[in-house]
Amino acid sequence: MTGNERETINGMTLSEKYKDEIAEILSRYPVKRSALIPLLYLAQREPGYITEAAMTEIAGLLKLTPPQVYETATFYTMLNLKKVGTHHIQVCKSLMCALVGSDTVIGWIKTKLGIAPGETTADGLFTLTAVECLAACGTAPMMQINDDYYERLTEEKVEKILADLR
Amino acid sequence: MPKHELVLLKNMMQPGYTGSLADYEKTGGYQALRNALTKLAPTDVTATVMKSGLRGRGGAGFPTGVKWGFLPKDYQGPRYLCCNADESEPGTFKDRQLMERDPHQVLEGIVLACYAIGAQSAYIYIRGEMVLGSKILEHAIGEARAAGYIGQNIFGTGVTVDVWVHRGAGAYICGEETALLESLEGKRGLPRVKPPFPATHGLYNKPTVVNNVETLANLPHILSRGPEWFASIGSPPKSTGTRVFCVSGHVKRPGNYELPMGVTVRDLVFEHAGGMRSDKPMKAFIPGGASAPFLTPSHLDVKLDFESVAAAGSMLGSGGVTVMEEGTSMVWAALRLMEFFYHESCGKCSPCREGSSWLVQTMRRIMAKRGQMQDLETLTDLCKNIAGRTVCAFGDAEVAPIMSTLKHWRHEYVTLIQEAEAANLIRPESVGTRH
Ligand SMILES: NC(=O)C1=CN([C@@H]2O[C@H](COP(=O)(O)OP(=O)(O)OC[C@H]3O[C@@H](n4cnc5c(N)ncnc54)[C@H](O)[C@@H]3O)[C@@H](O)[C@H]2O)C=CC1
Ligand SMILES: Cc1cc2nc3c(=O)[nH]c(=O)nc-3n(C[C@H](O)[C@H](O)[C@H](O)COP(=O)(O)O)c2cc1C
Ligand code: SF4
Ligand code: FES
Repeated sequence: MTGNERETINGMTLSEKYKDEIAEILSRYPVKRSALIPLLYLAQREPGYITEAAMTEIAGLLKLTPPQVYETATFYTMLNLKKVGTHHIQVCKSLMCALVGSDTVIGWIKTKLGIAPGETTADGLFTLTAVECLAACGTAPMMQINDDYYERLTEEKVEKILADLR
Repeated sequence: MPKHELVLLKNMMQPGYTGSLADYEKTGGYQALRNALTKLAPTDVTATVMKSGLRGRGGAGFPTGVKWGFLPKDYQGPRYLCCNADESEPGTFKDRQLMERDPHQVLEGIVLACYAIGAQSAYIYIRGEMVLGSKILEHAIGEARAAGYIGQNIFGTGVTVDVWVHRGAGAYICGEETALLESLEGKRGLPRVKPPFPATHGLYNKPTVVNNVETLANLPHILSRGPEWFASIGSPPKSTGTRVFCVSGHVKRPGNYELPMGVTVRDLVFEHAGGMRSDKPMKAFIPGGASAPFLTPSHLDVKLDFESVAAAGSMLGSGGVTVMEEGTSMVWAALRLMEFFYHESCGKCSPCREGSSWLVQTMRRIMAKRGQMQDLETLTDLCKNIAGRTVCAFGDAEVAPIMSTLKHWRHEYVTLIQEAEAANLIRPESVGTRH
């Protein structure tokens, strides 16, 4: 546990904050544990990562032990257990994108933001990650920033996208 | 360019088509479902699909109707349908387009499949990164529910089907059907040992069918136009229908091309995808996603159907065709894919977990010009010890890029190693630090 076990989002527990949404999620599955990933997404929605307190609370909701929740949460790359930048830039580096210049795209971002893959800017605004194929190989090179895809990237496009996010 | 009719991509190619329920209904959407539910028995639907010859578009090509037929007939409890929308195979991007641009075509297929197998619940397991796709599907489900195509008592027939979108959270292995089921149960996505197959022991240990998005999207067309029509397209009798081929790499017009199965690679790449992007000739291509062995331009006339690609020593797989031009390093290309597999091994079985780590390290060493001739034997031995010895087919897939590039372009590995050795003659002190 990281110090503050009672840590909450804006002082509210998940169940207080998302009462109806949680009920709706639980109603989709005949077995409670299936709601685990959806609830972890919910816990991550506002803070951008999942706190220990949220995992403990979810364990209680689903009648699981905290290690069961933790075990699932650590398996999936999209579930963050640590803070990431406000804008999480994920550039695809798999073969099909690499064939048409994804390494160059990573280079541009590195120069423009001063961060290498795996790093976050000092102001906490941007995190850069090199990721594997995002099913957009026909419109490569590409990147995802938070929920959105940006495809057929050129230097001017990247520049504009980053400028718009500032 | 030979004339051919679009089936799956037809609606979305119409100017102004938005994928809304109204647009889909205008094309005759949900008529196949109405007809099936009001006039056909579930076993008739299965028989029709069997007769069409439809085979799984997720990669393995298992006959869809046969798979449905494996569900226990006398089982009274719940059954499930899972739509596999995890699409994570590098080089594959068709399911995303099918879901984003014509979601109701997929949903109609899902409800038809549920009716055939007697499932009242379907989950669409969509990869987590596809946020847009999941929103579009959820919106479409809402529309279909309001129109009475999803929910209770569809068309007053007493048939109930509910459909939910379940987002994955970033793990390639969750596309493997049993890992998908584990993940849907809220666990780590570790594949189960097959058999038993999901048909008998699936979601929550209940009879379950897992079908790919494209497989399901074909169903409304098979039901409305008949199995004979479907079976007349492509390379009958074994590879019927069209395939949405995903073309990527060094071509002029990368993208999705729906063509009858059995089209040649030459036609796909040079007629449809516009040919090579520059004046450099083609050096290599992958015919079926990252898991499929590399082929050479001598295979350009291979027909893209299940049997012909297998006979050429590769796999039609997910339909992802990646083209590489002359000048591309094949060791580099294989290493890129190996990095992917190393990152995505779920770690359940040791040949894959340990093997992928050794393979990637050996490949990195060779690429960095620190390799030795014996590394080539190490690579071959490792691959032989992984393939066929793992819980899931990932093990066979991860050795494909290395084995096939070693087969066709061994000299490129040798050149890199010779350069390493030459450098070492000049810098003998580096020998001690090498591992
Ligand atoms: N679309 C994508 O993104 C990716 C696709 N793949 C493809 O996946 C393929 C391997 O998939 P697997 O599911 O491991 O193949 P598989 O051969 O084990 O199964 C294929 C389907 O048939 C069913 N089946 C087979 N035998 C059965 C039996 N006796 N009784 C009941 N059902 C049976 C399975 O349940 C499954 O749904 C590869 O060929 C590859 O092309 C691999 C990676 C990614
Ligand atoms: C490592 C691995 C990853 C897979 N990924 C996918 C996938 O992303 N999408 C998919 O439809 N099938 C995928 N499959 C194949 C599924 O296990 C299964 O065969 C398929 O969903 C069955 O549907 P179909 O018969 O309609 O093709 C994968 C298989 C393996 C071994
Ligand atoms: S082969 Fe690899 S991915 Fe498949 S179960 Fe074994 S360790 Fe996991
Ligand atoms: S390889 Fe980059 S999106 Fe597929």
